[in-house]
Amino acid sequence: MCDTCGCGDTRIVPVDVQARLLDANDRTAAHNRAHFRRRGVAAINLMGSPGAGKTAILEATARALVGTWRMAAMTGDLETARDADRLRSAGINATAITTGSACHLDAEMVHHALHSGVSDATDYLFIENVGNLVCPAIYDLGQAVNVVALSVAEGEDKPLKYPVMFRTADLVLLTKIDLLAALPEYDRSAVYAAVARVMPAPHVLEVSARTGTGIDAWLAWLGQLRTANAMAAGPQPHARGESA
Amino acid sequence: MHEYSLVQALLERVAQAAAAHQAVAVHRVHVRIGALAGVEAGLFATAFDMLRPGTLCAAAELVINHEASVWSCPSCAAPVPADGALACPACGWPARLASGDALVLERVELEVA
Repeated sequence: MCDTCGCGDTRIVPVDVQARLLDANDRTAAHNRAHFRRRGVAAINLMGSPGAGKTAILEATARALVGTWRMAAMTGDLETARDADRLRSAGINATAITTGSACHLDAEMVHHALHSGVSDATDYLFIENVGNLVCPAIYDLGQAVNVVALSVAEGEDKPLKYPVMFRTADLVLLTKIDLLAALPEYDRSAVYAAVARVMPAPHVLEVSARTGTGIDAWLAWLGQLRTANAMAAGPQPHARGESA
Repeated sequence: MHEYSLVQALLERVAQAAAAHQAVAVHRVHVRIGALAGVEAGLFATAFDMLRPGTLCAAAELVINHEASVWSCPSCAAPVPADGALACPACGWPARLASGDALVLERVELEVA
């Protein structure tokens, strides 16, 4: 009987559901995560606006690490495989995920890419998300960490405008730091204050893919991630009972 | 514009509940959306209006309950105000989101024959 509006209609049956709308995505993400852990893969969900410098950072990473660690990447874009082409030229085993009209990657797209030949025999898997500070934030992919690239050209207030994305970040890369010479009005302390208001454990690294500034600190961070990931690796249940 | 795919998931979950109770239609759908869920309530409602024709929700009312974001200290449980750095004013620990990221189908009201 309807007890919500008091109409007492006996044909109305209230049913308590309490179901998370992202349940299906989160189950697949847990499956991906278990797979990455078992294989000792450090999966990194790299997010940021279009043009924040995500691909350039990965190219700089490849320049420094090729021959040291194995690197693979999935690049999400609405159209073209340009980012994957760039990363392959840099020496990263990269595959494009063309999303069509979808504004974000989800766990199923990553799972499908793993089944479609993206090599998981790698130390690092960079999942370069669709350029967007909004939608990718709420989709767990099974990654170990979230990294947000924010270029100085985007201004200091973006963390305050897009709090959901920065709340779940483990690291913010403040990119294109070499451009500060051309941006005298840019207030560095303001971006740090903005990050601290939306990110509980704020961690920012200033980098420039062009000059190499800060890349050493980023590589050191990746090294720590890999160590922590290797320690966490071990037998994990395969959530969906199939090989990924 | 991920609201459309989320409403698609909502309609599927509502259809499951309706089938389980042999409902002929859905009267009302209650969802809870947190301030930090990353979902725009207005867009969510628009997507619901666009996607419901032809489903059991065709004439259903969508009720959106908003959930405020609440931060607290994981160490001493003190509330952490969201108007400054997200660290406990008493012990300095990074704050934890106690609520505010919900995106939940709470309840449906089904019409049975």
